Amino acid sequence: MAAPRLIPCLDVRDGRVVKGIRFQDLRDAGDPVTQASMYQDQGADEIVILDVSATPEGRGHAVETTSSVRQVLSIPLTVGGGVRETEDAVALLEAGADRVAVNTAAVQRPKLIDELADRFGSQCTVLAIDAARRGDGSWEVVVDGGRTRTGRDVERWARSAAARGAGEILLTSWDRDGTRSGYDTALIEAITAAVDIPIIASGGADNADHLEEAISSGATAVLIASILHDGVTTVGTLKRRLLANGTEVRP
Amino acid sequence: MSTDVAIVPTGTANTASVNAAFRRLGANPRPAVTPEDIREASRLVVPGVGTFGAAMERIDQQELRESLVDRLERGRPTLAICLGMQLLAEKSDESPHVPGLGVVPERVTRLPQDLTVPQLGWNRVVPDVASRFLDPGWAYFANSYKLDDVPDGWTGAQTEYGGEFVSAIERGDVLACQFHPELSGTWGADLLRRWFDSAGGRS
Repeated sequence: MAAPRLIPCLDVRDGRVVKGIRFQDLRDAGDPVTQASMYQDQGADEIVILDVSATPEGRGHAVETTSSVRQVLSIPLTVGGGVRETEDAVALLEAGADRVAVNTAAVQRPKLIDELADRFGSQCTVLAIDAARRGDGSWEVVVDGGRTRTGRDVERWARSAAARGAGEILLTSWDRDGTRSGYDTALIEAITAAVDIPIIASGGADNADHLEEAISSGATAVLIASILHDGVTTVGTLKRRLLANGTEVRP
Repeated sequence: MSTDVAIVPTGTANTASVNAAFRRLGANPRPAVTPEDIREASRLVVPGVGTFGAAMERIDQQELRESLVDRLERGRPTLAICLGMQLLAEKSDESPHVPGLGVVPERVTRLPQDLTVPQLGWNRVVPDVASRFLDPGWAYFANSYKLDDVPDGWTGAQTEYGGEFVSAIERGDVLACQFHPELSGTWGADLLRRWFDSAGGRS
């Protein structure tokens, strides 16, 4: 079987890596090319770059960043943020992204998923969902970096996106993101039960045990950010621990 | 030795990664768009993402079928990647009414329904001992369809995903991979290097 993937995520604003909790209080965390290359050397299975620029000018850097990162990267690269039309995706794919992730624009216009899947194939089309827990134990889709609640049920949205041709879901727990308190395993279980396409778990990783929990809850990949950026651990250390505990990953 | 490698532009996605991988090897990738480009290229890459039907339609529109088949049958240095490998078959369940290149007498089938599809991620490649290019290792896959049998006269590699499927085949200087060598880290770069160097020595 395919091994679960460990995927460092770089949030990039105006061409620089930034970090913050719940997309707020962003601080500079370095150069995307240097960081992507470092994580590749540590054994990362893929790199995700999410452009979180607030302005169109800032987002213009995303294509440039993608192109520079591609030159050094011999592992898959997924890029998201600011993809509103298929033409935005064309620019990123031509610059060297292997897959594009869509989020807010797909919530506003779900047909965008069909268009991307038709033109580039499902394996190119990643739907990012930011999920916030509701009082009744279900999850609601939030957009605009968590500022806007949509009232849309995450499970139903995931099903609909899969039917439209999304090839993977990047599932971020809004409640756990940046908190290092572990992935929301109930969320992972609910969504992997709802769809057959692969799920990347995101939000809350602190250690290898958390990765293992996400994987045994059904995630086929785990997104890791703050613990890597803060130098708490490395991809290599996490992989060695997973292997020692019997979870097969690419060594 | 020429450093040229001609890339068939089969679609938007993936070409940049293939180009970047060959540039890292010191090669000079350029597009192959006409039948002459395909006939004359010292090395040719057929990448491919998207659907079987759309890719074959494009090949036929550009009248590249004959030159591709000719070069593959003569064993001229050619690397087919992912969907590019499936195009070698006679047909595919993905687009049942579209004839493939038919260089191998096989049918492409879908990965088992009860699995997570597409297969997205790294998986083990176990080549036949007689392989010239392929080493055992981990490769990056992004596929929903696969080849089930190594055709006669070819050497193959197997990978496990709900049962074994054929993850690569090679014959002469033709190498076809279901995985993406350009995205398979140093293992993939080494494979590209072996194919690139070997292919350069003959044409």
